[in-house]
Amino acid sequence: MNWRRFIQRTQTDAEQEQELESYLEITTDEYIARGMAPDEARRAARRKLGNPTRIREEIYQMNTATFVEGTFQDLRNAARMLRLNPAFSITAILTLALGIGATTAMFSVVNGVVIKPLPYPDSDALVTVTHSAVFGNVRGRDFPFSPQMLAVYLANNQTFQQFGMWRPDFAAITGLGDPERAIAFLVTQGFLPALGVQPALGRWFSPADDQPGAPETMILSDGYWHRRFGGDPRVIGRIITVDSRLRQVIGVMPARFIIPIPGLAPDLILPLQINLAQPPGDFNYRALARLKPGVTAPQANADVGRMLPIYLGRYAGHRMDALHLLPAVRAFKEDVVGDVGQVLWVLLGSISILLLIACANVANLLLVRAQDRGQELAVRAALGASWGHIARSLIVESLMLSLLGALISVGLTYGGLQVLVARGPAYLPRLTEITIDSSVLAFTLAISVVSGLLFGLIPIVKVMGPKSAWTLAGFVRGGGRWASGGKSQHRSQDALVVVQVALALVLLVSSGLMIRTFQNLRRVDPGFAHPEEIQTVRPVMPPGLIAHPDRLVRTEAQILERLAAIPGVTSAAYTNSLPMDRGIAVIVYPESKTYAAGELPPTRTVKMISPGLFRTLQTRVIAGRDVDWAELYNERNVVLVSESFARETWDTVAGAIGKRIKLGTTGSWQEVIGVVGDIRDNGADQKAPPIVYCPAREQQMIGPVSPVSVAFTLRSNRTGTEGFLSDIRKAVAAVDPNLPLASINTVAALYEISMERTSFSLVLLGIAGGLALLLGIVGIYGVLAYAVMQRQREVGIRLALGAQPGTVKGMFVYRGMILSGIGIALGMAVAAGLTRLMSSLLFGVRPVDAATFAAAAGVLVVAALAASYIPARRAAAVDPVDTLRGQ
Amino acid sequence: MPRRESPLQSEMLQGTLDMLVLRTLVLGPAHGQTIAHAIERGSQDVLQVEHGSLYPALHRLQNRGWIASFWGTSENNRKAKYYRLTPEGRKQLAAQKSRWEQLVRAISRIMSPPSEQKQ
Repeated sequence: MNWRRFIQRTQTDAEQEQELESYLEITTDEYIARGMAPDEARRAARRKLGNPTRIREEIYQMNTATFVEGTFQDLRNAARMLRLNPAFSITAILTLALGIGATTAMFSVVNGVVIKPLPYPDSDALVTVTHSAVFGNVRGRDFPFSPQMLAVYLANNQTFQQFGMWRPDFAAITGLGDPERAIAFLVTQGFLPALGVQPALGRWFSPADDQPGAPETMILSDGYWHRRFGGDPRVIGRIITVDSRLRQVIGVMPARFIIPIPGLAPDLILPLQINLAQPPGDFNYRALARLKPGVTAPQANADVGRMLPIYLGRYAGHRMDALHLLPAVRAFKEDVVGDVGQVLWVLLGSISILLLIACANVANLLLVRAQDRGQELAVRAALGASWGHIARSLIVESLMLSLLGALISVGLTYGGLQVLVARGPAYLPRLTEITIDSSVLAFTLAISVVSGLLFGLIPIVKVMGPKSAWTLAGFVRGGGRWASGGKSQHRSQDALVVVQVALALVLLVSSGLMIRTFQNLRRVDPGFAHPEEIQTVRPVMPPGLIAHPDRLVRTEAQILERLAAIPGVTSAAYTNSLPMDRGIAVIVYPESKTYAAGELPPTRTVKMISPGLFRTLQTRVIAGRDVDWAELYNERNVVLVSESFARETWDTVAGAIGKRIKLGTTGSWQEVIGVVGDIRDNGADQKAPPIVYCPAREQQMIGPVSPVSVAFTLRSNRTGTEGFLSDIRKAVAAVDPNLPLASINTVAALYEISMERTSFSLVLLGIAGGLALLLGIVGIYGVLAYAVMQRQREVGIRLALGAQPGTVKGMFVYRGMILSGIGIALGMAVAAGLTRLMSSLLFGVRPVDAATFAAAAGVLVVAALAASYIPARRAAAVDPVDTLRGQ
Repeated sequence: MPRRESPLQSEMLQGTLDMLVLRTLVLGPAHGQTIAHAIERGSQDVLQVEHGSLYPALHRLQNRGWIASFWGTSENNRKAKYYRLTPEGRKQLAAQKSRWEQLVRAISRIMSPPSEQKQ
């Protein structure tokens, strides 16, 4: 195919015309020279040449890409056909837009969260350096990192190009108007170079900035810079009070620098200034490395395996001998995305079923239309159009439908994503990276072309297959319809309806299973009551105060006193770790048990509490009693334990009172004075972990954990009101006006977050299920309505011969029920196979849950009944006289 | 639009006409009418050139790069499109000529086999 010739074919033709003209002239001259009269010579020359138009046509054809030219023509025809039948076109396009849009939206989520590389240069080289640990009887996936590990690995590794350690924390910013809590990333010097994102202004931390005792510096995030400093570049060099210490701003990160972990968008980045002289028990960090070019994660893993003995050899003296660490280097992306990926793929799979249903629906519409267009197609065939040629023009029509659908679907997707990002489910990482980019558009194009071919080919194969009497003669014999096409066409229409019903059932079953899961989670006793009435607030305590435990406790008690006095507060307390917040994991020794050398008891969650916390949460004290203020102030060695802790450790609840335990490897024995009900601290779908609660005064004993600030919990029916929040602010400010307030929330909201994965999946599958049901109904209705229209004459005759309208109605309803019955049976079988894939999403319900399957089938039967009844009633209302007269 | 299939016969003739056109142009550039004349005269009017096939043939040969065209002035001062042989066309002519000779030998062997000649 020569494009140049194709484009210039009009010009070539003009030249050809000229050439032929000159031939005529030359020949005429010659004939005149031979003695002919000019007129006669001209005529003779013309005769000799033949038909010049015919010659030009033949040459024109040589320069034409027949296929392209034909396709243009098909496109024009297709557009004309779609305009001629707007009801059909709009229905088909909207149906497809729905299916394609839902699938595209879900794909954009999968693309943004799972597929796209992280937003760092050469992000595949980024790995999280971590260890799995066997610790007593506990096997941990992520053993946190410590400064000593960093020191050893920095000095000895052979595979890391850059290496840094980090930890998110809160920081109090004061002196810039209202005190504010900011999210701070504490990082060692290698962290930012590992991520590889240069600051937009200023510089990264230098190794000197990261030395203990060096002048304190900080880097701002773009968001914080704009929010607090209006994007003023003169911010570099400014001194700002962070946690009561003065820090100089040395850099601002660009807007594209993000840490895509939910809830961890840093406002500030601070150098850690690690002091290696500290005891080596500070396991509170995560580590990030950029691998040298060409190094794979398994190679880095082997490298860490080689360095581990060096670390353990140097620090084993500190009871590290019982800790069995194994290297566990993995892609940083895996760390960010977590197990969300699997959930999202399952959801994408489920939602693409909707697209299949939409395709089946449109295929059905096309089948009906192919019937109606019998005359046109027969005439085209009779005029010499080939089978392939007509098939091509029909495919072009189908593709035009699906591409128009795709066009609308992009709009739908855009809207859907806006809603999703605005709602911002805390469950989804990389939320801001979910956009409609080129791969999403390519995906949309691909699925719409595939759908177009899919639903376009079904009617072509059925209607124009070799067996069909697809000729003008057959058409005329059939009295305006193909006599023999009917039966096989009905069969394929029926098959499409069965497929639609089956697929709709699969989606209904999966959304049903999510509903059951959600109900089960709701029914779970979280261990506290009426969480929507428990307000939480966490004033961020500056390190200066934290360094003086006496003053800290006094300040906390004063704030508590003021908060408890707020009108409407029935009970108030504080804790370092709210429910769902996970506490600190600490080795807990029960006195009654002995451990062999090298064996360690498991770590347990430890939380610090004030008296009254369980009253505020309405958690039962099952045995013994709550701590009191005297015990807290006087540092009495008393603790409370959760029911599961008591059962796991001593096999008894009542008998636990008076037993003694030790927290950590040093310290004194603590007496258990009470056992409280279990709290689902790891989320509603996880077993309640064993927890130890100790009076908040004892936090200093647990070693170098992160600076402690406590969260206050207030039970009140005024939660969430503006007045209540302002009362809280006033109460805290009355004690110290420089304390920013964080975590202003209700326990109910915290609990909701733990169910976010379920509610997210539920909403998406619910929407998909609802749409599937709708499309299924439309499918059944469409086929029956068409059958009624086609069989009007037959029905009229039946009625004229005395058939009861009820019988006629029954005839059609029966057909609808048979079709949906087969579809439901088929769908049950498919669903039974597929729902196993979503078992990780389920809670308290098996993938093949009889009740859910039955309910989904029931919903479909009722819907199918309604969808068949309407056309059936129309059939029974046929006036026999009209029908007979009409023929 | 479906292209009409050419019957085998016309295909053979078409190939032959191409060869004849190329042969004619060996003598020097010529316009359509001259080419037709040359073929007709050369065959002592046995072969009549259909202009309905001559011009498409010229166009085809040009598209293949075997001949090139230019606008010139005819013997009696008419503007005319002249064609000349390209080096590629010269090679093609040689190839076609030898194929043609083989074909002629083969056909004459069948049409007048040696056994018949003995009778």
